[in-house]
Parts: sequence; C-alpha cells; structure tokens
Amino acid sequence: MGKTIELEIFRYIPEIDEQPAYRSYEVEFEDDWVILDAINHIKDKMDGSLSYRWSCRMGVCGSCGMMINGIPKLTCATFLKDYYPKKVKVEPLLGFPVERDLVIVMDDFMTKLENVKPWMIRDKDKEKTIDKGEYLQSPVQLEKFIQFSMCINCLLCYSACPVYVVDNNFIGPAAIALAQRYNLDSRDDGQDQRNEYIGKHEGIWDCTFVGECSKVCPEDVDPAAAIQQAKVTNTQNFVKSILWPFGGKK
Amino acid sequence: MKPYYRPPPHMFWLHRKPYFMFIIREMTSLFIAGFCLFLLVFIYSLGQGRETFDNMVAFLDSTFMIIVHWIVLVFALYHTFTWFNLTPKVMVVWIGEKKVPEFMVLGAVYGGWIGVSIVIAWLILY
Ligand code: FES
Repeated sequence: MGKTIELEIFRYIPEIDEQPAYRSYEVEFEDDWVILDAINHIKDKMDGSLSYRWSCRMGVCGSCGMMINGIPKLTCATFLKDYYPKKVKVEPLLGFPVERDLVIVMDDFMTKLENVKPWMIRDKDKEKTIDKGEYLQSPVQLEKFIQFSMCINCLLCYSACPVYVVDNNFIGPAAIALAQRYNLDSRDDGQDQRNEYIGKHEGIWDCTFVGECSKVCPEDVDPAAAIQQAKVTNTQNFVKSILWPFGGKK
Repeated sequence: MKPYYRPPPHMFWLHRKPYFMFIIREMTSLFIAGFCLFLLVFIYSLGQGRETFDNMVAFLDSTFMIIVHWIVLVFALYHTFTWFNLTPKVMVVWIGEKKVPEFMVLGAVYGGWIGVSIVIAWLILY
C-alpha cells in the first residue's frame, strides 16, 4: 500500500437529488487494482450508498462500462496506475439517461437489439428434421461473421458515438454489428427482415464513420466496419432491385 | 423511476482530438467540392476563347490564388489519405476461400491512385 489516488464520482440519487453532483474519494491502491476495485472499495469501506453495475470482473459480462476521464471503458479492465497521480473522473456512460449514480437506463438499446432480430431466422422450406443432423458450417463460413459475434453488449460503442449521443434515434453500432453477425451467417435467411430495419435513415445511413466505436470496443468487434459493410450490401441490393430483372430476386 | 437526462455535449468535436480530426475530415469535402467547381469554371473559360482564358490565367497567377491552391491541396491530400486508409474496413474482398489481406486492398487503391495520377500528368505535360 502507499499510493493514494483521487476518484471523482458522478452521484445522482433520484429520491434525494434534483441535479447530479460529483463527490471525491481518496483511495489507497495497489498497482494491480483496476478502477472497479477502487469503486468496490469505496462501496464497502467508505460510502455504501454508491450504485453501479458489475458482475464478472474479467471483461466478459459487459456490465461495468463507465466514462473514465471522458472515455468509455470497462472499469474492470482499466488500471488505476495508468492514471496515477492524476485523478480519475468516473461518470455513467454518455448518451443514456441515468437511473442512479453510475447506473444507466439501457431500455433504448434493448429495444433496438430486439428489433435487429439477433437470432437465427430460417426459411420454413429449408428446415430439416432433427434426424437429418445439424447444419454444418465450414471454417470460411464461420470466418465471415465470427468477429461480429464477439459483442458483449457493454455499450461503450454507443457512448463513443457522437451521432448516438447527440440523437438517440440512431440504431447504433452494437445493434447493427449484431444484425451483420446474423446476416453474414450461412445458416441464416433473415437478411431481408433485418435490412429493412437497419436500412432506414436512422440505421446505417445515420452513421458518418467517425470510427470511435471500433476504437473503444473491448472485444475488437469493429462495429464501424460492420456498418460500412452493411451500407455496401444495402446499396448493392438497391441497385439490383432497379436494374436486375425481377429485382434480383430468385 | 426518475432518470436524469444529461444534456448532449455542446460542440462534441471540441471535446476530444479524434472527434476533431473527424470533423476536419468531413470539412475537407467542402474544399474538394470547391475545387471541382473551380475546375468546371476553368474548363468553361477555355471554351470561351483565347481572351477569356488568358484573363483567367492572369487571375490565377497571383500569390493569393497560389496560396489558396496550396491550402486546397493540403486538405485534398488529407481527405484522400484518411478515406483511402479506411477502405479495407469497407471493402472486404474474398477470392474464393481466401480473404484478401488489408494491406493488399490498400495497395490496390493507392496503386490505382498513383496510376491515374501518372496518366493525367502525362496528358497535361506532353
Ligand atoms: S465486470 Fe464484467 S465486464 Fe467488467
């Protein structure tokens, strides 16, 4: 022990506060402490009223995302020593309403996530019975979508996206990346349904390719790439629908 | 539940460098568009006869216009490099079962750019 760092934490308790305020805590820490350790320490030893989300403590569950000095980070994967001796400002993820302290309301994302239908959609006539065995996939078919399937729904990408933060109508990076994840899956037939949703103006066309979503993504999903690739596919489909006989439909 | 809605940040691009660089990249298109317009006017003046064209050339032959062109060139280069560098993200090329590596996609766009530039330079200079 020995080193002490200051954490300035965004506090908002709806029953008491009209407006949020910042409260500072001095925390003694070890070099292997992540920011979440300090927040847990504050909750246990200094101020039990602090609310925040966390679960796995190992960058898997995606629930501990917060703004750290203005940049969205998983607090369980961000070390205090990288900020020391400067102070660390901890705020709830930007772009979302605040439920309490560091806890955000994520209903908007949940609705959008459901709207992109992130599950396997199959044409009825292509379905086979269980005794015919599983739907096999080659390594190449897997490679086409595997990267976009790594999303842990931590929402860091939404907070990094100025388009979403300024206008919540944008469907946003993670939801579109997940749409692509299923669209590119060789076992899936739901492209038309998903593209109808993400092909709207508030979908892929709202994206101006700032690219920050991909930079903050802890799983290297690269949602910015997913969105641009969806733009290419949707444009091709549009051109085909005009130029091809029968609108390119088989 | 009484959630607190934070006001969206005013002028977000002034808050962090990557956002600022993004806005610069977007702004460069104004310079590109401006230069395209200028080119059209220039070509038009060429069709209006010797005198108009000579006037145009005289107008361009001032320190001010040369400085303006240098500024446009810097922005055009920034525009080109930033967008070209993003191409591999947008264009995922598969040849059969193999994904073409990013550096080859990049190589192709830069190669194409240099190729076209050489052809244009050759047309103008000879
Ligand atoms: S606590 Fe699970 S990702 Fe940080």
